[in-house]
Amino acid sequence: MVDDATPAAENPDAEAARAAPMAWRGSLRRFVTLTAGPIVAAFLLSAVILFLVGVNPWTYYGYILERSLFSGLGLEQTATRMAPLLFLCASLIVAFRAGIWNLGTDGQFLLGAVVAAATAPLLVGTLPGWGVLLAGFAVALVAGALWSIVPALLKAYQGVNEIITTLMMSFLGVLLASTLVKLAFRDPATTVPQTRTLPVDDRLPRLFDTSISSGLIWGLIAVLAVHLMMTRTAFGMKLRMVGANPSAASHAGLSVPLLTMATFALSAGFAGLSGASEILGVAGNVRADWNPAYGLMVIPLVFLARFHGVGSIVLVFFYSALLIGSESAARRLGVPQDFTLVLVASLLICLGLGEYIDYRKQKQER
Amino acid sequence: MSTNVATATEATNDLPPETGAGVIGVHRVTKRFPGVVAVDDVSLTIHAGEVHVLLGENGAGKSTLVGILAGLQEPDEGHLTVDGNRTRLSSPSASLNAGISTVFQHSMLVPTLTVLENLTLGAPWYERPPRARIEARMAELKREFSLSLPLDAVTGDLSLGQQQQIEIARALLRDSKVLILDEATSMLTPQGAQELGARMQKLVKGGLGVIFITHKLAEAYQFGDRISVLKQGALAGEMGPEQLKSMTEKQAVDEIVRLMFGREDGATSTEHRQSTARAETLLRIEQLATEGDTDVVGLENVSLSLKAGEILGVAGIDGNGQKQLAEAVAGQRAVSTGRVEFDGVDITRATVAQRRELGLRYLTDDRLEEGSVGAFPVSENTVLKDVGRAPFWVKGIERPTRIAEHARDLIARFSVYTPSETTPIGRLSGGNIQKVLLGRELSGEARAVVFNKPTYGLDLQNIDASRERISEIAAQGMGVVLISTDLDELMALSDRIAVIEGGRIRGVVDNNGGGEALRLRIGRMMAGAEEHTETME
Repeated sequence: MVDDATPAAENPDAEAARAAPMAWRGSLRRFVTLTAGPIVAAFLLSAVILFLVGVNPWTYYGYILERSLFSGLGLEQTATRMAPLLFLCASLIVAFRAGIWNLGTDGQFLLGAVVAAATAPLLVGTLPGWGVLLAGFAVALVAGALWSIVPALLKAYQGVNEIITTLMMSFLGVLLASTLVKLAFRDPATTVPQTRTLPVDDRLPRLFDTSISSGLIWGLIAVLAVHLMMTRTAFGMKLRMVGANPSAASHAGLSVPLLTMATFALSAGFAGLSGASEILGVAGNVRADWNPAYGLMVIPLVFLARFHGVGSIVLVFFYSALLIGSESAARRLGVPQDFTLVLVASLLICLGLGEYIDYRKQKQER
Repeated sequence: MSTNVATATEATNDLPPETGAGVIGVHRVTKRFPGVVAVDDVSLTIHAGEVHVLLGENGAGKSTLVGILAGLQEPDEGHLTVDGNRTRLSSPSASLNAGISTVFQHSMLVPTLTVLENLTLGAPWYERPPRARIEARMAELKREFSLSLPLDAVTGDLSLGQQQQIEIARALLRDSKVLILDEATSMLTPQGAQELGARMQKLVKGGLGVIFITHKLAEAYQFGDRISVLKQGALAGEMGPEQLKSMTEKQAVDEIVRLMFGREDGATSTEHRQSTARAETLLRIEQLATEGDTDVVGLENVSLSLKAGEILGVAGIDGNGQKQLAEAVAGQRAVSTGRVEFDGVDITRATVAQRRELGLRYLTDDRLEEGSVGAFPVSENTVLKDVGRAPFWVKGIERPTRIAEHARDLIARFSVYTPSETTPIGRLSGGNIQKVLLGRELSGEARAVVFNKPTYGLDLQNIDASRERISEIAAQGMGVVLISTDLDELMALSDRIAVIEGGRIRGVVDNNGGGEALRLRIGRMMAGAEEHTETME
């Protein structure tokens, strides 16, 4: 995208010399319109809203930063919160890159969490510590994957739109998870309906001397592994091809239905793992009314990162900080915690506008 | 170019200011798309009271012309006149206001609404649907044109023929002057088509002008008062009412075949490629059949054979089973009966990948939708059919430098014009995408290639280059199945030409440079007008 605003150069040498900085300037301009500009604009827009409801934006933003990033405990909480979000990023990157819009991660997440919470405490004592955790993750993976089998079959063999089927299965999954807690896996020792609690010593080990769950490490590994799989392996290439152009994939001899099934299994499996990471790393049990709805929260982040693994990690980090910070701010400044959603929504709108402006500019240049 | 037949007196409703101007005039209209001239300097006159048939193969420019008259596209050059006044049809509503109603090939009705609601779509939003008035008009239409429609039925529940009647009724309710029917019989049963033909005659008796687009020759003669033949975007010829009336159906079809498939003046050289066929038979297809459905012609009892170094042409009007044949050979389409043998090996049940491994390649005609992934860079597109295979992938891990090297090599060898191998292939022109796909099919140990319309939609320079490449391939000893709708191309390149019509092979003829006679014989078989069987070889 070379800027063509300047008139044609007198001699080719001068033109070549100017081309490099001009290309650099072009990419800087794109960075500003597509990334930096929208982020700044979103914070400004949210600041206006804060101002209108009578909160000093400076205090609010400052407080969030201080509590989530600049205090030791806050940073640890932020890092711990990242773990389930990262697994969900892995889930969505597989699906979105393969052209499957799995919007049912919440149901898959909760079912994974519930079966992990139901299994792990029972195995304590019969299996070594790592065995308990491994078993917990394994059943969560299977539970998540199984919950996607109906949308997967419908999509692969009948072409039924997976956006609708996964969403519907997600509602069912959330309710089923709650029912399971109340009827099947309820801890008889408590009055509130919840599963048995995994003792703190048997949960995922903490990192060094901090309170950060090692789920963070596994989450990071999951995202990077998925990123490499999708971009560097033959299997990932096949999935991307199915996503980008299914008829080209069958023309090249790939089995589109089987690859679609594999995508669903992988994506839903990662969503299940995400649930397990939250239970086995932090919560220890599942209450019947628990539903953090991380799945739908992560979707915009993965989109903003344009399905890129590293980009997703960075965004998840900032988003976790925002979540942790706003939880404290809600208590201290009386701004509801849901204001985070306002901030994210303004960010999405501004990024959409940035995309539009960039598209118009490029069209003009052509 | 337009005829000056003195039928203008027929127009009773208004006096045309120009002599013989008709209701609609198309004056030297040209429309270009990237890499293609879709309509090339076409002039037509549409008269009231006539069924004007536009005849031509797919890609001849019929649809673009319809698009221009319907206000979907504007001509790059030339202009339109309505009632002799120069007019711009810059939008569909401009076209409707000018009195032109178009019934498109695919239904433009809302399936969940009732017939009445569909008929009143497009009326001002503040008006209640004038039910009584429409009922009265429909009763009239029923009397005059035997259009009978249940006003309260849900549109989606009706048959395609009835849905088409709704669209015609909608045009009549609008008091249109000209009705365009685009491939209107393609979805109808033969009986439905006959009814439509009778209805068109009634409509024109009422003073309407009808433009009827088809690629079926018999229909053109039976239903049409005037026939214009389009060929590769240009007007190949016109037959006026007097001329048509004086001919029998057979004479008319012969003349149309000559216009559609005959040699045009100043076309590419007549010289016919020297055969390079060798003795060994590479590909043998025996009594192949595939399932068909309402949209797709099934193959029936197709038997063909191909020698190494030979070019076997497959001629036919588009949509007569060519794609199904190519796909069945490539392994992309399930075969219901019959057998495909490649170099002595039965490959009827082999997968696409296995056939490719054996050296059987297929160059699809659908470069964008099927052949390439537009968002992927050129480099990845060169190896789409080798995903996971060495040397581009080792143990499942991609080797980007090897893929890039392979792509650069291919770009150089096939003179692909692209900024670099990392450019998304969707940004290249059709001709350059075609070169990439050709390079992909020829890489490795290719032994036989099925080309499906390899030069379709390319510009002249790329057409020549592609044809040369196909000759070279055959000269190197590969077998070539060349599926094409361009008879000149087939006659210039093929050793033998098989003619496919309605999913069957109507005959296989030796291309001995038989010239005009051979060309017309093939043309007739393509039209299905003559069942021709000749023993193979």
